[in-house]
Amino acid sequence: MEATIPVLILAIPLFMFLFLGILGKYMSHKLAGILGTAGMGVTLILAYFTAFTYFFAGTPEFVDEAGQRLQCVVFNVDWLQLYDQLVIRLGFLLDPISAMMLVVITTISFMVHLYSNGYMRDHHGVWEKGFQRFYAFLSLFSFSMLGLVVATNIFQMYIFWELVGASSYLLIGFYYTKPSAVSASKKAFIVTRFADLGFLIGILVLSWYTGTFNFTELTSVPVADGVSAVSLTTAEGVKNIFASSAVPTFMGGSVMTWALVLIFMGGMGKSAMMPLHIWLPDAMEGPTPVSALIHAATMVVAGVYLVARLFPLYLMEPASLTIVTVVGAITALYAAMVACVQIDIKRVLAFSSISQIAFMMVSLGVATPDFHEGLGYMASMFHLFTHAMFKALLFLGAGALIHAIGSNDYTDMHGLRKYMPVTHITFLIGCLSIAGIIPFSGFFSKDEILSSCLGNSTVTYIWMSLVAGLTAFYMFRLYYLIFWWKEHKVREGHHTPHDQPWTMTLPLVILAAISCVAGFIPFGNFVTWNGEPYDFMAHFDWNVATISLIVAVAGIAVATWLYRKENSVPAKMRAAIPALWDWCYHRFYFDELYMFITHKIIFGCISRPIAWFDRHVVDGAMDGMAYVTNKAAYAIRCMQSGNVQMYVWIYLLGALLLGAVTAVCLMF
Amino acid sequence: MFSNILIYFVVIPLLMLAGLAFCRNIRQIRAVAVTGSLVLTALSVYLLVDYLGLRAAGADAPMLYTDSWAWFKPLNINLSVGVDGISVAMLLLSSIILLTGSFASWKIDQAKEFFLWLVLLTTGVFGFFISIDLFTMFMFYEVALIPMYLLIGVWGSGNKNYSAMKLTLMLMGGSAFLMLGLIGIYYHSAPDGSELTWNLLQIAENGSIDKGWQYFLFPMTFVGFGVLGAMFPFHTWSPDGHASAPTAVSMLHAGVLMKLGGYGCFRVSIYLMPEAANDLAWIFLILTGISVVYGAFSACVQTDLKYINAYSSVSHCGLVLFAILMLNTTAMTGAIMQMLSHGLMTALFFALIGMIYGRTHTRDIRQMGGLMKIMPFLAVCYVIAGMASLGLPGLSGFVAEMTIFIGSFQQGMADYLAGDGSLRLVFTIIACCSIVITAVYILRVVGKLLLGPVQDKHHLELTDATWWERTSTVVLILSVAAIGCFPNFFEDIIRFTFSEQIFTVIGMN
Repeated sequence: MEATIPVLILAIPLFMFLFLGILGKYMSHKLAGILGTAGMGVTLILAYFTAFTYFFAGTPEFVDEAGQRLQCVVFNVDWLQLYDQLVIRLGFLLDPISAMMLVVITTISFMVHLYSNGYMRDHHGVWEKGFQRFYAFLSLFSFSMLGLVVATNIFQMYIFWELVGASSYLLIGFYYTKPSAVSASKKAFIVTRFADLGFLIGILVLSWYTGTFNFTELTSVPVADGVSAVSLTTAEGVKNIFASSAVPTFMGGSVMTWALVLIFMGGMGKSAMMPLHIWLPDAMEGPTPVSALIHAATMVVAGVYLVARLFPLYLMEPASLTIVTVVGAITALYAAMVACVQIDIKRVLAFSSISQIAFMMVSLGVATPDFHEGLGYMASMFHLFTHAMFKALLFLGAGALIHAIGSNDYTDMHGLRKYMPVTHITFLIGCLSIAGIIPFSGFFSKDEILSSCLGNSTVTYIWMSLVAGLTAFYMFRLYYLIFWWKEHKVREGHHTPHDQPWTMTLPLVILAAISCVAGFIPFGNFVTWNGEPYDFMAHFDWNVATISLIVAVAGIAVATWLYRKENSVPAKMRAAIPALWDWCYHRFYFDELYMFITHKIIFGCISRPIAWFDRHVVDGAMDGMAYVTNKAAYAIRCMQSGNVQMYVWIYLLGALLLGAVTAVCLMF
Repeated sequence: MFSNILIYFVVIPLLMLAGLAFCRNIRQIRAVAVTGSLVLTALSVYLLVDYLGLRAAGADAPMLYTDSWAWFKPLNINLSVGVDGISVAMLLLSSIILLTGSFASWKIDQAKEFFLWLVLLTTGVFGFFISIDLFTMFMFYEVALIPMYLLIGVWGSGNKNYSAMKLTLMLMGGSAFLMLGLIGIYYHSAPDGSELTWNLLQIAENGSIDKGWQYFLFPMTFVGFGVLGAMFPFHTWSPDGHASAPTAVSMLHAGVLMKLGGYGCFRVSIYLMPEAANDLAWIFLILTGISVVYGAFSACVQTDLKYINAYSSVSHCGLVLFAILMLNTTAMTGAIMQMLSHGLMTALFFALIGMIYGRTHTRDIRQMGGLMKIMPFLAVCYVIAGMASLGLPGLSGFVAEMTIFIGSFQQGMADYLAGDGSLRLVFTIIACCSIVITAVYILRVVGKLLLGPVQDKHHLELTDATWWERTSTVVLILSVAAIGCFPNFFEDIIRFTFSEQIFTVIGMN
């Protein structure tokens, strides 16, 4: 494949960032918005073209005769030579998951660019301050995220990983005069930075042992120049390198497991897995389109993508996959429980994102090539795809509500279905989709995940089904609380809420349409762990599908019973389990725990004592030396009295002493 | 003598000094300072291009443009010059910082005297980087240190007399060790019985210095240079000194002078005494490893902008010495990159702090807030500097740190496998932790100083950057971004330098 289009896919957003960032303030808001959206639109077309070519062109660089999809390195330039064998390259890797991610990112990003034209204005059409800056940051984010998914090597991924972190920081803190936004952005950056420390050390270990950063050298065998096929043989080779090295184990685990778990730690940070999830709910301080783009659809799935990218290596170390599963399963349940009691609609959606991403993690964790040819991997990617669409839809819908009402809390909403029909219908589609109701897209992907869990163990299956039921429950709780109930509040805005301008409703409609039909995409033909097409329907388990449908409907039914109309049952239930309710409401006090660790331990017990030690002990010693010198000089200055007789006496005494010493020396 | 390009790095500053002496008003002074530093920058860029050309053409001597002029025959003291990739990079760094520093001191009081001392200091710096004769090197080193006392004492702020005295005395204390070390090296420079020499290349060629003496001379020179490189526990001059120094002096001091320490450690201590370096590295690894995290943790709780930056410099410069001690090509390349990167970004930081202080008249972050709204240009530059400091890819800090970590890890594993203990490995991991702590203190400052609501109503009337301030910061930001985006170009300049000679002696990779 020619390198021109791939280069443009990365270059256009980067250029838009620099262009809008530097010159944005000299242009009108409208122009900046149009330019940003147009830039993203062009990128969208190019990315679609690339993905389409990859999946359907059928040329030998993309698919071999047996039908296995290949990994194609379109270009790869040396960026930094570290030592003879090890070099960091920047390139463009085209394979099933990166092609899929190109589609996901550009679609959502374009929708968000379009949507923000309407969202970043108030009801009177006054533009948000820093509107141009907002588009510049969106472009920066799109650039970084695209660079991340097309990375040819793990270090390129790390580079763009940091860049998406920084763009996320900038966008969460977009309303920089708001202290809560500032601290949320800081928290997001630092927590993910901490996770990246693990990622970095993991990379150091992995690259030291294998002598390469390249994904193709770690997980696939070369077929032709720049083209390779995913293969377990290479991954086994990597395992052998670790096993036959001088240090194969460390603290009871194999070094490779450690490396993979450390790398996964980076993924936990970005994908907000417990216990590194605390930044994501706070990140909702950013503008809602940002939450849709970064904190629901694209950046937060980077961790899943990372594990998927190195999946053959993870397969080699079952212990590391078990960790992925366990972390995912715990996070999924935790986030779902918390989501059931939140008041702020964006937080409900945030916890629901955490929970859904955990689904993807679990799915990767339970995937093995033995069971239905790696169904879990396919399911995970499928869910990533569908989730991106319906979660972006839900967030953008929430944005429309917030824009109309001026508040994030459902207590200020209620009964909006009459006023905002488009938002209502699209939001409902999103809810049905996430709840897993046939024929919406979430049903198919979630069903595949549950099937693959069942293949792993019954416990995982029951656990995840329970979470799926909770998901249906809390989403419909949210839905009823927003759109049903009776309005009981005088609205501040003095005007009735209404649907938003076309720039905002069009993305909702498009995403809703995708959510309706995405489930019918024969995903297995496109994305599987090794590129070999996988017949979706041949492995479809109708038993699992029926059960998961029943669970989802049950969840919705409970939500309907409790929240369809205002009634006293929820309050009674809350009173029945006050402790659990409190813990869920306060998110199991994780924030308080982190506050304690950062403020009391890091600042109070480490930084302050060190600063004190530095000023008083280290510096004190230096000052002390100066003081002693000073005092000593002061003490002996009386010797220089100017009294000649005294000088003569001292001279004589000295001469006598010297003579005596000499005499003694001579005698012996 | 004047046919050698290197000598102009000393001649031009001297001409600038002469020119400044005749200046009558501030305009002339500015003209001289800016023209001079522009010429120096052009010269160093030319040198870089020419140097790369020579290397590409196959020149493989350790130093190029070597020349020597006798100065004091009885002691064999010469003015010997010569550069390799590292010195070329350092010369470029120094001239950029002099240029931006001149712009940053556009409105200084008593400009004539200020620039006289500043240029004298620069003469020392340039002389140091081009010298390969230990004696002249030391002389230039002292020339660079002394003006600092006056620059801080006269033009400084706050407790300036105390700070100036402390800084000078501590650095002079380091010089005392250094002098002893250098004289010791001179007397052991010819183990084969030939003529004693001060010339670095000659000494290296003559074979290794007696090992027993190395154990004495290595710590002497390493500590001597290490004081200037802000090595724990000899770093305490840095916070006070920087806090009191005027903007351009802070820029030059943190940007260039502290690099003299790292450069000297490499050029003299490690290059001439690799065996002792190998055996004694553990002591200094512990000290510098402590510097890295200790500086970062201290920076987390400071409230004075300059203190924060001074401690951050302790952390970042600690990483330089730390990486040099890895005795590994990759880590050492990273160390030099870190010197360049830290030089540029600290200069940027101090320039910005100076500009902010010039407006708000306070450096206490608790008394400021929301400056992004008031002076967006300066604030954005500050954020960029902060991002460079916490290692954002695309800016210089990331490249340097990653090279260091990968090199150190490589060496740590090599040590571990060779049964030499896991000290290097453990300290590499500890040093890696600094990336998190750095993010904490940088974002803390950005959050308090630039973002949030405006703290002080009087600040609302302040203005954004003037054109000369913009020039200064933009040049620095472009340099930082250039390194961050095209690291291979810069690392190639440096990498060739690590002649096999050092590494064959100690059998390193």
